[in-house]
Amino acid sequence: MYQFLKTLDRRWIFLLILLAVAIPIYWGWQFPERPSPMVRSVFEAIENLPDGSHVWMAYDYDPGAQGELHPMAFAFTRQCALKHHKMYFMTLWPQGPPMIQENIDLLKREFPDLTYGEDYVNLGYRPGYEGPIKLAVTDLRSTIAADVDGTSLDDMPMTADVKNIQEMDLIINTSAGYPGTKEWVLYASTPYNIPTVAGCTGVQSPYLYPYVPRQLNGLLGAIKGAAEYEFLLLEAYPELRENPNAREALRRMGPQLLAHLVIIALIIVGNIVYFVGRSRGDM
Amino acid sequence: MKRTVPMIIAATTGFVLIMSHFIPLSEEWGSKAMQWFNVLAAIAFVLGGSNLMRMNLQKISDRRPGWGYAAVTLIAFLVTLSVGLLKVGVQPTSSFPTNAWAAPYNQEGSSLWWLYEYLYKPLASTMFALLAFFIASAAFRAFRAKNPEAIALLSTAFIVLMGRTYVGGLMRDILPRGMEWLSFDSMTNYIMGVFNLAGMRAITIGIALGVASTSLKVLLGVDRSYLGSGDD
Repeated sequence: MYQFLKTLDRRWIFLLILLAVAIPIYWGWQFPERPSPMVRSVFEAIENLPDGSHVWMAYDYDPGAQGELHPMAFAFTRQCALKHHKMYFMTLWPQGPPMIQENIDLLKREFPDLTYGEDYVNLGYRPGYEGPIKLAVTDLRSTIAADVDGTSLDDMPMTADVKNIQEMDLIINTSAGYPGTKEWVLYASTPYNIPTVAGCTGVQSPYLYPYVPRQLNGLLGAIKGAAEYEFLLLEAYPELRENPNAREALRRMGPQLLAHLVIIALIIVGNIVYFVGRSRGDM
Repeated sequence: MKRTVPMIIAATTGFVLIMSHFIPLSEEWGSKAMQWFNVLAAIAFVLGGSNLMRMNLQKISDRRPGWGYAAVTLIAFLVTLSVGLLKVGVQPTSSFPTNAWAAPYNQEGSSLWWLYEYLYKPLASTMFALLAFFIASAAFRAFRAKNPEAIALLSTAFIVLMGRTYVGGLMRDILPRGMEWLSFDSMTNYIMGVFNLAGMRAITIGIALGVASTSLKVLLGVDRSYLGSGDD
């Protein structure tokens, strides 16, 4: 056994992980969540805004991170739609526009009573990393003059009177790296006191914790944060329970549980092999 | 001249941006500088594309190791670029029923949309997903309790891994009243909110001080490394 484990082919480990992810997906394992105070503060920041507030939806991620960030982005969009907030979608990532488009498609599919240009608008991608943020916070039209289809901001009811991002009641950012949450905090939220909440990938969350709670009202960390947030959303809006798409993050917690347990087991077995080998003088 | 002019541009723009942050009257100057920056950032795509072509063509012509990958990169780049620029497969929209060129380049069903949906998206997602397999393999081979520091790291990883699952919260129901802090999710929140927070704040402040001093050196012309060697 020791010899087998010492020279274990990594393809066995890959197979184990494959099964750990595939089995819960196949059986549809889902667990109730216990939302943390951090997730509650994100939920309440959106929920406590008066209906019809103006919300800037900065979705800065690409397909590489969509597995981790799509569920929280969809949940943000759903909550804003249910609260009838005015949504301004924008991305600083060149691969981001299709990510926004999927949120626009969600609005068209699940909230057909909302009207493009009156309730939500797609402002598309702007190059220049943090540059567009610095411009849009003082003069929106100096960096964005039209929506993604070329319609002038002056010709749409919800954008006609908007001068800059300082007029927003909240910024929601979903970020997979640079430019992302940190840049929105540094160039928009902090200098102009705009309330901001964010969702980010697991590897990013330790870097963003220092900004909570004064510069960021709250932060959703990876799929776990998204699952807790979805749980709160389903509790507050029972009509969403009929919608299987509103449980995307909750569905992904099953594979996460089993994969984490497998990784912990692998660490333990790896250490047993190490100590046995050391006692035998093999290492 | 080749080094002095860019240095003056960089220093002037830098000082204008600093002034615009602290002096409200000069805020407009800062906005102007940022507009120029955004225009330059868009032009940088052309520069980046040309550089990509030059580097990869050189690799192919020299038959350097891995030149086949360079060829794949170039073909993918040129196909995507031409399909997007020429709006291949784009259908006229109701706004402009006679002119397909007026329709968006990434319209659903267009060739660029197809490339994005069926090539780029699955490939990017796959690359990200593969991490799970390599992390598991690395966890088995490299995560060893060799010394006290490694034991501390292992224990933290164990708590956070468990705290990020359903099991983490489940413990809270099993533990007696007053001992809930021993549940994995509570300990995870404590680790992230205290140890991680303190460490990250120190690192962030350190980085900020470093960035400030380096920026000042660039603006004052002490550090000129960003201008290149000047040989070419």
